[in-house]
Amino acid sequence: MPKHKIARKSTAVDMTAMCDVSFLLLTFFMLATKFKPPDPVEVVTPASISDTKVDEKDLMLITIDKNGRVFFDMDGVQTKKELIDAIDKDRNLGLTDQEKVNFALSSGVGVPFNQLRSLLKLPPSEQKSFNSPGIPVDTSLTEQNELFKWVAYGRVTNPQARLSVKGDGAAKYPVVRAVFATLANKKVQGHKFYAVTSLKADPNKPEEEK
Amino acid sequence: MAQLDTSSSGGGKKGGSKTKKLSTRVDLTPMVDLAFLLITFFMLTTTMNKPQAMQINMPVERDPKDPPPPEVPAAKVLTLILGANNTIWYYEGLESPEIKNTDYQEIRNILLDKKKRVEAIVRPGDKITSVVVIIKPTDDSNYKNVIDILDEMAIDKIGTYTMVPVTPQEMALVDKFKNAGATTPAAN
Repeated sequence: MPKHKIARKSTAVDMTAMCDVSFLLLTFFMLATKFKPPDPVEVVTPASISDTKVDEKDLMLITIDKNGRVFFDMDGVQTKKELIDAIDKDRNLGLTDQEKVNFALSSGVGVPFNQLRSLLKLPPSEQKSFNSPGIPVDTSLTEQNELFKWVAYGRVTNPQARLSVKGDGAAKYPVVRAVFATLANKKVQGHKFYAVTSLKADPNKPEEEK
Repeated sequence: MAQLDTSSSGGGKKGGSKTKKLSTRVDLTPMVDLAFLLITFFMLTTTMNKPQAMQINMPVERDPKDPPPPEVPAAKVLTLILGANNTIWYYEGLESPEIKNTDYQEIRNILLDKKKRVEAIVRPGDKITSVVVIIKPTDDSNYKNVIDILDEMAIDKIGTYTMVPVTPQEMALVDKFKNAGATTPAAN
């Protein structure tokens, strides 16, 4: 009779609550994660031992692909809107609002100013198929060096922006020299910049390679 | 909560029925495992997102009012010319016809050796206390070569280096040695 009264307790724990919490967290992290923004072109960066991290806020990114084409991008939709407004006004491109939005949502452009309009007619997802010749760049600071103009506009739009160069290992040196010379200029304050690299083992560290 | 009362469906405890009662309760453990695995993944990717980079400081244009930079004794200079196909031509001193060929694996030993030899000849009061490396990338070299050699400076802890354009005389010298069949290590 007394034996009958004692309720037998199961050892199985109710997982429902834990499941709820974990999926809540999962949802949060999935939504909070910002994935790497897509590059305008595929780039294989060279490796270095430097493990400095580049914050993706306040950034001007210059991409050099393996054929030496140069692309320019800035972070933030609002910043890019201001940037394209400034360029449109300064160079009388006559861009429509839709074209400006297409620029703000794009992942960087690589065309001379006179082709900017035909590129921005395309929505951001189709801009990759546009045959971008790259932003004209040379070692001078003349009108021909349009990368210098881009960087100068970017400086005005966001004075705090840091410059970062993401180059493909196979890019030939003349274009690299032109980009470096454009940045190392008092007018754009770019003589300190980051070169985005992948990480390789430091042979001076204890965990020695080979 | 997430379980149904099945006690009445099996015919009761004392009904003597032989049919086994199946619980409708699902084991959530694997599901929780999976959820935590994904949480871990998203947590890690969120922080690992930032790209790695090396900082490059380019010289700004010199102000004419600035004092001139100290003179560098020829014995402390090593010049590297980055050539095509991942080769490096190098010579010691400022003007030396003895130009040698190497690659990006061997260059570390050459740099460390030169650094050691320069530090041995430094006297107290010298302005230049370590080797000065002049990097001259030719138009045939690529971005990877430039980054590799700048990285090599960081690995070998050489603080004084500069990147300048290659001169026509040096190009002529390189061509001469190339045609003379100088010991060319296997291109990699």
